[in-house]
Amino acid sequence: MITDQTTSEDFIHDRKHSYAHIKGWGIDADRKNDPTYPIKQRNNAEHRGYSWQRPLPQDKTVEILQSVERPNLTAVFGTSVPPAGISGMVRRVAFKYSESSYGRWLPLMLADRVQVLEGIVKDLSSGHIPNIPKELGLSSEWKYNRKAMLTKAAVGLLVAGAVIFRLCRSGKRP
Amino acid sequence: MLAMNYRGPYRIRADRNMPLPEIVHPQDAIVKVLRSCICGSDLHLYHGLVPDTRVGTIFGHEFIGEVVEVGSAIDNLKVGDRVMVPFNIACGKCAFCQQGLYGNCHESNPEATAVGGIFGYSHTAGGYSGGQAEYVRVPYADVGPVVIPPWMDSDDAVLLTDVVPTGYQAAEMAGIQPGDTVVVFGAGPIGIMAARCAWLFGAGRVIIIDQVEYRLEFAERYAQCEAVNFRSIGDPVVFIKTITDSLGADVCIDAVGCEAAGNAINTVLGRYMMLQGGSTTALHWAINSVKKGGIVSIVGVYGPINSLVPIGNVLNKGITIRANQASVKRLLPRLIEHVQSGIIDPKALITHRVPLEEVADAYHMFSSKLDGCIKTVLLPPSM
Repeated sequence: MITDQTTSEDFIHDRKHSYAHIKGWGIDADRKNDPTYPIKQRNNAEHRGYSWQRPLPQDKTVEILQSVERPNLTAVFGTSVPPAGISGMVRRVAFKYSESSYGRWLPLMLADRVQVLEGIVKDLSSGHIPNIPKELGLSSEWKYNRKAMLTKAAVGLLVAGAVIFRLCRSGKRP
Repeated sequence: MLAMNYRGPYRIRADRNMPLPEIVHPQDAIVKVLRSCICGSDLHLYHGLVPDTRVGTIFGHEFIGEVVEVGSAIDNLKVGDRVMVPFNIACGKCAFCQQGLYGNCHESNPEATAVGGIFGYSHTAGGYSGGQAEYVRVPYADVGPVVIPPWMDSDDAVLLTDVVPTGYQAAEMAGIQPGDTVVVFGAGPIGIMAARCAWLFGAGRVIIIDQVEYRLEFAERYAQCEAVNFRSIGDPVVFIKTITDSLGADVCIDAVGCEAAGNAINTVLGRYMMLQGGSTTALHWAINSVKKGGIVSIVGVYGPINSLVPIGNVLNKGITIRANQASVKRLLPRLIEHVQSGIIDPKALITHRVPLEEVADAYHMFSSKLDGCIKTVLLPPSM
């Protein structure tokens, strides 16, 4: 693994040994057999050893959750929306698992939904009442799809009315 | 500053109180956004399908702008330069960038190793703020951004940050040989561009498949290809076999990704229950429609968790699958030539120009495919 202490020399492969003892070594090698062309511009790094001079590291001023598949932070990273609250706690747990685990991704989806509620609470506690219809972009629905919008609204009202009516009736029964 | 502010699935706010970005690394620049776009893949965020999409995030990975501040290590850009900013954040130094894999940079995303940093594309892609704002921080500004040539229209430039390179790379990865039959699944902007670019590689026949009639009409006109509505042909796989001497297409391109329609099981598992990395219907069709020994090129975006695909058919048919995020920096020099020579006309994809203040309406319009929407450009207040 490449760590902050790793130098590029540490990654140079020592392949001075010979393959002469392997009968037929490389006899069918074909440089044209390369499905990565032209996307990947081969530079023999696969054989020479991956190494690079890392960019200067960005100062870490907020909490950054880091994949367990990395030994260190990348040289730069985004600093928007650090983990916080209950959703942040869930995210921290998720990041204990690798990217190949449901343990990583399902808690993150849960945290995303929890944070929606946290966002509403935060809005209200700061005196901001979210304009949900506006946030949903319903004015464009009204402008371009009015008939369908009214139909959906009417159906919704009818269903809601029927449910309420049914509940009221069942509540009156002895 | 004014910016879009994600509040949860299907909820977006134009927020005037978002913090201004700052230089936090010597290779940063601050760019004043001149134009940004809503990408089809932004809808995956908008619909809540991408894990670790945090409330308060600014989306937007397609944007151009004017440099207003540079970090101490930037010597190839200056204040006042107008730049197009590739959607991938790439260091230019790591082993993968050195191999031209700028979409796979290893020094831009600490949160996940499978994907490099992308502007405004959740914390799974690095937690960077995006360009649907007045200003944006651009890391590695000495690597990715390209100064917009004086002759280039701003609308063309903004589409060179993602749509054109992704569509082009979809066709490039398809390994199209002269005369090949190419089927593109998805008539969104990327699919339309992939269909257009397939001709540049010598395709003999290009067919685009979708279910939205106005988009198919647009694709037929713009990409000069055959356009087919999968709602009218029964089983798309059988249809493609029928029109390709029963053998299948030489090449299939998945330009849909995780929100594909057309299969109830995939839709329920992938889009509603989110138990796989999206609905894989388009990929199913691509794998099953391509001929034996054929190539499937994937540029549609899927989530990171497991997804159901007919991998047995991939093996038995000897299919080559090629996929990647577009390497914008690698492709830009060639694509700028194509725009200059008039071979590609990116701005013709744009159907709507919307003030950033109306970003919530713009997302809803694009998501619900209202008013013939193909591609929306967001204009910040200064424009």
